[in-house]
Parts: sequence; C-alpha cells; structure tokens
Amino acid sequence: MQYIPNIIFLLLLIVGVGYFTFNIKKVIRNIKLGLPVSVSDKGQRWANVGRIAIGQSKMVVRPVSGAMHIIVYLGFIIINIEVLEIIIDGLFGTHRIFSSYLGSFYGVLIGTFEILALLVLVSVIVFWIRRNIIKLKRFMSPEMKGWPKNDGNAILYFEMVLMSLFLIMNATDVHFQEMDNGNVISQYIASWFSGTSEGTLHIIERASWWIHITGILIFLNYLYFSKHLHIMLAFPNVFFGRVTPKGQFKNNEAVTKEVKMMMDPNIDPFAAPPAGEEQAVPAKFGASDVMDLTQVQLLNAYTCTECGRCTSECPANITGKKLSPRKIMMDTRDRLEEVGKNLDANKGVFVPDNKQLLGDYISEEELWACTSCNACVEACPVSIDPLSIIMEMRQYLVMEKSAAPNELNVTMTNIENNGAPWPFNQQDRLNWKNE
Amino acid sequence: MAEYMAQGKQPEVLFWVGCAGSFDDRAKKITKAFVKLLHNAGVDFAVLGTEESCTGDPAKRAGNEFLFQMQAATNIEVMNAYEVKKVVTACPHCFNTIQNEYPQLGGNYEVMHHTQFLKSLMNEGRLKVEGGKFKGKRITFHDPCYLGRANGEYEAPRDLLRKLEVELVEMKRCKTKGLCCGAGGAQMFKEAEPGTKEINIERTQEAIEVKPEVIAAGCPFCNTMMTDGVKGENKEDEIEVMDVAEMIASAADL
Repeated sequence: MQYIPNIIFLLLLIVGVGYFTFNIKKVIRNIKLGLPVSVSDKGQRWANVGRIAIGQSKMVVRPVSGAMHIIVYLGFIIINIEVLEIIIDGLFGTHRIFSSYLGSFYGVLIGTFEILALLVLVSVIVFWIRRNIIKLKRFMSPEMKGWPKNDGNAILYFEMVLMSLFLIMNATDVHFQEMDNGNVISQYIASWFSGTSEGTLHIIERASWWIHITGILIFLNYLYFSKHLHIMLAFPNVFFGRVTPKGQFKNNEAVTKEVKMMMDPNIDPFAAPPAGEEQAVPAKFGASDVMDLTQVQLLNAYTCTECGRCTSECPANITGKKLSPRKIMMDTRDRLEEVGKNLDANKGVFVPDNKQLLGDYISEEELWACTSCNACVEACPVSIDPLSIIMEMRQYLVMEKSAAPNELNVTMTNIENNGAPWPFNQQDRLNWKNE
Repeated sequence: MAEYMAQGKQPEVLFWVGCAGSFDDRAKKITKAFVKLLHNAGVDFAVLGTEESCTGDPAKRAGNEFLFQMQAATNIEVMNAYEVKKVVTACPHCFNTIQNEYPQLGGNYEVMHHTQFLKSLMNEGRLKVEGGKFKGKRITFHDPCYLGRANGEYEAPRDLLRKLEVELVEMKRCKTKGLCCGAGGAQMFKEAEPGTKEINIERTQEAIEVKPEVIAAGCPFCNTMMTDGVKGENKEDEIEVMDVAEMIASAADL
C-alpha cells in the first residue's frame, strides 16, 4: 500500500511522456511529407544555433520583449533541473533527494530557481498585459482572432500557475523552510501561512507538488496542440535555417535541365526515353500544397510561435495589404495538420480532399502583395523563411496556372522579347552614351 | 566589350548598366554620373551595350523561373565568351542576381555594387572627393533591400556619404530594419494590392520626418519610388532624391 503514490506517479509519467511522444512522432511524420533537403555548411549552422537559438541574439533586437523572453527562457531551462528532482522523488518516494547530496549548494540552486520563478511570473504577467490590456498591434491582426489568441493566453496562464505552485510548494514545505537555505522568495510567502497548522501545510505542500508535476506534464502535451512547439523546435529550425545570402533564391534544377536542353543543339527533343527506364512524372513547378514544400519549410511552420515580428515589419502589411508572413506560416501548419489527420483517418494513405494550401488557405492576393524585401526573414528570431514559401507559390501560379497579374504578364513578355521589363528595343540599350 | 575583345584586351571591370540604367530617363542620369566617376578615377571599363539583357530578377521574383533561367543562360553565355572576371553595377537587383543566382547556372564573377566599387576606388586613392557642395547638409540614406538585408551591405554607401562630409541622419527604420520602397519582387511593374496606403508613401513620410535635404538612394527603382513619394507629398522643392554616385559626381563638380 505504501507504494501507491509511487505507482500513480509512474503511471502519470508514462501517460504524460507517452502521449507526447506519440504526437511528436506525428509531427516528424508530417514534416517528412515535404521534399528532402541536403544540408551543408554544418559549422556555420552550429554557430547559428549557438548565437541565434541558444544565444537569443535576434530576440534582443526588441529589447523589452527580448529581455523578458530571456528570463522566461532561462527560467524554463534552469527550473527544469528541479523537475528532475521531482521525478526522482516521485518515483522513489524520497523528499528533496538532491538536498542530502548537494548540502549547502542545494540552497544556492533552489534560491536561483525561486528568483527565476518570480521573474518568470512577473514577465509572464507583463506578456499577458501586452496582449490583453495594451493590445500591441501585432497581437491584434485578423489571423490572431479566436483560437490563436486563446492559445497564446492559455500558455501564459499555464506558466503563471506552474510558477506560483512551485513557490507555494516551497513555502509550505516545513522542512525546507526550517533549513532556511535557498528560500529567498518562498520565506515571504511562508509568512502568509504563519497561522496554519503543520498538517494543513503538509496537505497544501503535497497538493502543490502533485498539481505542479501534473501541470508540467499537461503543458508538455499541450505543446503539440498549441503554437508553443518552438521551445523545442527552435533549435533544429535555426540549424536548418538559411546560411546563404538572403537575396539568393532557390534555383529550380528541373528548369535548369530544360534550359540546358534547349540550348544544346545536339539534343534530339523528340528522343524517346532510354529503354527500360521508367518515365517519371515530371515534378510540378513551384508549390500549391504542403507536400510541394521542403521539409525545412514544414519544420518552419511547426516552429512558428506566432509572435508576429515578421508581420509587424512587412511593408505590405504595414500599408494595409492582406499579406501577413505570420499567416503564411500559420496556414502552412494548419494545412499540414489537416493532411496529417487525413493520413491518420485513412491508415497512412492520403485521400484527396479537394483542398490545398493555395486558395483554400493562402489567397493569390496575399502572394502578389509581397515585395520580396526579406524584412520578415530578418525579423524572425528563429530563422523562419516565409518568403521562400511565397516565392514557390508564385512559381506555381505562373508556371503551372499562367495566373500572373496581367501587368506582370506584359512585363514578362517584354523581358522575353526586348530583354528589358519595358517595351524598349534592345538595340537602344547604349543610347544613353550619346544623350 | 566587343571592341576590347577585338583588340585582344581585357577591361579592368565590366559595368553592368541594367535595364533601368539603360532606358529609364531618371536612372540614365545615374549611369552617366557613375561613368564620369569611373573616367575620373581612370578605370578601364567596358559595357556590354546591346548585348546586355535583363538579368531576369523581376521574372524570377514574379515566379517565372523558366524566363529567368533563359535570361541568365543568355547573359552568362555572353559574359563567359568575353571572359568577364569582374562586374560592377549600379542596380542592387542586378548585383544580387549576378552575384548569388548566376553561379549555380555557370556564371562565376566577382560582383560589386557601385557603392562598394567607389569605396574601393577611394580607399586606393584613385578617386578623391572631399566635402563639396553637400558638406554639412542633412542627408538620409534609404537602404535598398537587395543591397542591405539581401547581401548585408549597409556601410559602403554610408562611408561614401561620410566622405562628402554630410550630416548623415538615419530614419526610424534603417539598415537591417530598413523599410522597402515598394518596388521589389516585381512590384515595380504592377499596381499594388488593395490596402490603406502605398508603400513608397509610407517610406517617404518616414524620410521626411528626419527633415533631410537629400534622400540618398543606391538603387534606380528605390530612386523612382522615393521621387514619386516626395512628389506625392508635395515636397519636391525641398527634398531631392539622388543616387550616391550622382551626389559624388556633383560634389566633385564633374
């Protein structure tokens, strides 16, 4: 009988971690629906992970939210050491196992956790105020109505509750308060409970402990359903992020092959494919759905935490156009999830649903509003590239559907015929010399 | 370039004029100013003239990869035939495309934006400009997206302006955060999508806020957009929009 709490804890842990793993496997499967990418420049990539992901270098471009994010980020990483202790205690029925091994250093450790917990609590409250009272513009965009808004707030409530429980747990732990080492914050909270009997305190402490660890496991599982996967995916995402100049857009190899064939006088355009070789269906140009995007672009979609820094820097969005780079990422993820659910429902085979990313999620109007200025790419703190998706979808529109705006068709005809976007004769190119 | 080839000579650099620099009346002035500076510095340069064709930048950004690669293949063929090693251009779009997108298609050249090239000429002491008519004037520089964010060059144009001893003032959004003029991604050649404002007006208003006498640009398309913006705000009598090369040429009274 005495092992019941341990068994309950073990079951809780298995269910919590198990269901999370189940969902993460889905994320990985969905990302793999994208086109594979080859990765070079590993040195540069690891340096980016160090600087941008671990070092948060792009977060601090905006000092206020950047500083507070660093607090929450450090809090998350450092306070997780405490979770390790909680897990060991829970499994083996010990109480604050680290305290007996670490001696006075334990106080330093817990003291740090407590200070961080308080700072995180304050930061999260400020974050909530920015979203709900100050109503910062980037959290008020059309794509942030409904679920995305509630999701953002839910995460903040989670953190508020978890941090409070951590502090209350420490404050009501009579032994810990008697040790009087590391209770830098909780000693003040303990004084609120001064009239309470030791028995009641013990109940509050146990309850906080259980709710705290249950909360952590629920939060872990909530990640998959929320926009919050960035706390894990930010690192691989930055690793796979762009290492070439932002102005270098992807080269379409299939087109290169075709252009080379056109330019080679020795190629017989009517040649039959070599015997025995199966005739592959030509790949489509550009992207109309998530399966046409690369695995990195799909990872981008899962990583996006909807902070909206991209959208707030986008010249099209600033001037009232429909385009919002954040929405491009949110749509990509929503469509990918839809495709994933389709796979789940049909035993792993995708059954066409007459829907696609283009049109059903992202409109042509949004795509044509982009100036390709790279402001969104520059602004993203975790190296997401919404521009590459926009460009691939434009390529699909033009090369598969011939659906460019008419003025652009005229421009392209001019380039084709005159070698310039305007209707001037190529022979007049040097006229400026004599004018 | 053909003349050089016929004489069996190689110029120091190929000046890639670009479509705007060749045909747009405003941008032709930039071309001429830059040529004056090249002559002044004694640079042995050539142009492709009628053999130059659009780099394909607007086609690629508009989604027509096929047209882009056809343009690229043609241009690369011409440049490789002339054994071009080094290219300089006054257009950040041409600069970006030739530098970043041609190598995969077989075109490998050392490419410089004209502000980078002028800076190197000054560093080598071949081009000497100090002060001049812009000395002490309030100037703000508008970063072209394809020079700045796309290729990380923010300082070359500013260094040149400092050489002119101007009072360089920065707009609220500058360098990595610089706001686009609204022309990139083939937007130059189409109407904007419905919205509340034109991008060039937003950017021009931002420039006007810092009360410059000249808005300096480094791109013929930005130049057009900002010039239109200044006219739209009825400020054309107070604020000039000039390319950095034009400023240097006119400061040195060339």
